[in-house]
Amino acid sequence: MNYRLLYFASLADAAGCAEESVASDTHDPRALYAELRARHGFVFDATRLRVAINGAFGGWNDTLADGDEIAFIPPVSGG
Amino acid sequence: MKVFTLDTARIDPQVQRRHLDHPSAGACVSFEGWVRDHNDGKAVLRLDYQAYGALAEHEGQAVLAEAMRRFPIRAARCVHRVGPLEIGDLAVWVGVSADHRGAAFEACHWIIDEVKRRVPIWKNEHYADGQSGWLHPDGSAVATAGAG
Repeated sequence: MNYRLLYFASLADAAGCAEESVASDTHDPRALYAELRARHGFVFDATRLRVAINGAFGGWNDTLADGDEIAFIPPVSGG
Repeated sequence: MKVFTLDTARIDPQVQRRHLDHPSAGACVSFEGWVRDHNDGKAVLRLDYQAYGALAEHEGQAVLAEAMRRFPIRAARCVHRVGPLEIGDLAVWVGVSADHRGAAFEACHWIIDEVKRRVPIWKNEHYADGQSGWLHPDGSAVATAGAG
């Protein structure tokens, strides 16, 4: 499966990019995050993040489709 | 109509306020969040806001729609800056009009709390000591980088 990843704030700093295409054998956000965390050294445990799939909040166990755009949302600090 | 917007340009409260006009409204409450020169004991020189644009606008819109359902108000609106900001800049503006002041105060307070809690926007503070870092809800910077 190929996914489009969007990174924000400290996750973008850790990944060294704001977005990337990733080929992965994982099928849900939870497994995908674990794989990317190992690759990029993300400090956040998944429990501190939310996940967005194709521009809407989604669930960690949702089934991903080829071509999905996924963002892991670190704790927000607007306002 | 988009009642929650992200903007790279200066926010003009007088322009925003006009969108709250309603003949039945007897009260208008607005909140302005400003960029301050210190946080957590450190001197702040400037900051950057980054947003997940599409999701932030969708979530911000949902916050304001929920406020309209929860409180007896006539109109509600919010604008949040993105990009680089200087000390004293207006970073976020929330405005509410209602028939009576109680609901206007309550709704305005609720909206800014919800925006801070759930809209995907992040603040990167640049400190006087050359460090910088993205802030997360516990108020501490999790990532620091040298002079940047």
